[in-house]
Amino acid sequence: MSGLRYVYAICRPFGSTLPAQLTGVAGVPPKQLTHHGLIAIVSAVPEEDFAEEPLRAHLEDLDWLTETARAHHSVIDALTVVTSPLPLRLATVFRDDSGVRTMMEAHEEAFLRTLDRLDGRVEWGVKVYAESEETPEETPEETPVSEKRTPPVKSGSGRDYLRQRRRQRRAHEEKWERAEEFARRLHGALSRFAEDTRIHAPQNAALSRASGRNVLNAAYLVPRSDSEEFVELVDRTKDEEAGLRVELTGPWAAYSFSGSFGAPEGEAGP
Amino acid sequence: MTVVERREIALVDLLDRLLAGGVVITGDLTLRIADVDLVRIDLNALISSVNEQVRSPWQEVP
Repeated sequence: MSGLRYVYAICRPFGSTLPAQLTGVAGVPPKQLTHHGLIAIVSAVPEEDFAEEPLRAHLEDLDWLTETARAHHSVIDALTVVTSPLPLRLATVFRDDSGVRTMMEAHEEAFLRTLDRLDGRVEWGVKVYAESEETPEETPEETPVSEKRTPPVKSGSGRDYLRQRRRQRRAHEEKWERAEEFARRLHGALSRFAEDTRIHAPQNAALSRASGRNVLNAAYLVPRSDSEEFVELVDRTKDEEAGLRVELTGPWAAYSFSGSFGAPEGEAGP
Repeated sequence: MTVVERREIALVDLLDRLLAGGVVITGDLTLRIADVDLVRIDLNALISSVNEQVRSPWQEVP
């Protein structure tokens, strides 16, 4: 095969084939490339799209990025059914098979160590949102909106108005404090359960199109066999606070926990 | 249960993982395009371009 080599993941041999209909980036089915005791999952991709310059341009094209990210993920997802893959960063491209092999050899020990750490583990994503204040400003217990027919602000004095504004601001601040406290507590509980955690940056609402403000965006590394318990733990905590929403995603391949290889030794873990 | 079960994974969740996660391999062997900074910069550009576009180019199929 000609063209460049796009590498999705490194795995240990898993003794089964990938689904025949599985396609990866550029619509190309991924193949297994074995080197020593490791396997790279690889697609041959066209140079006109994946060489450095075109790739750089493509990454700024949201449609292209979306399509490529989804294709990359679908391969990783298929791998998680049969093994615990070590995913590589999106758009990791080599010139040819021998480039891939050299890379595998150069990082062999770190790969093996990381694969051991991730073996049998999955990643769960947990996000907490504080609902935004699109709701009417008054707290309902004070003013049953439909019954009390107070005419709107114009009849009130300037002082009333300022008082009301102050009250709103206080309620607003209290809400954020509650949201952050809840997120801290949830993260604490989940961290104690998980083997490892990683906090991602809060998501931009324009990009996620999710309502409310994202106050926690975290990933947790959990043994597959403990996943049910983890999900229940999330489920239990999430109705504790009104105005807060908890979203669970997963199970993912351990994307958020694969990047630390090459780091100094001694993170053997408990 | 508020736990959201989406058939299709949200692009942002994917990008959190694909652009900030995964092993980064650098060196002469790669074409040096998997560079962290490069991708991060692109993500920022991506976010601002989405902010401007208002109409998002992808749909979330429910």
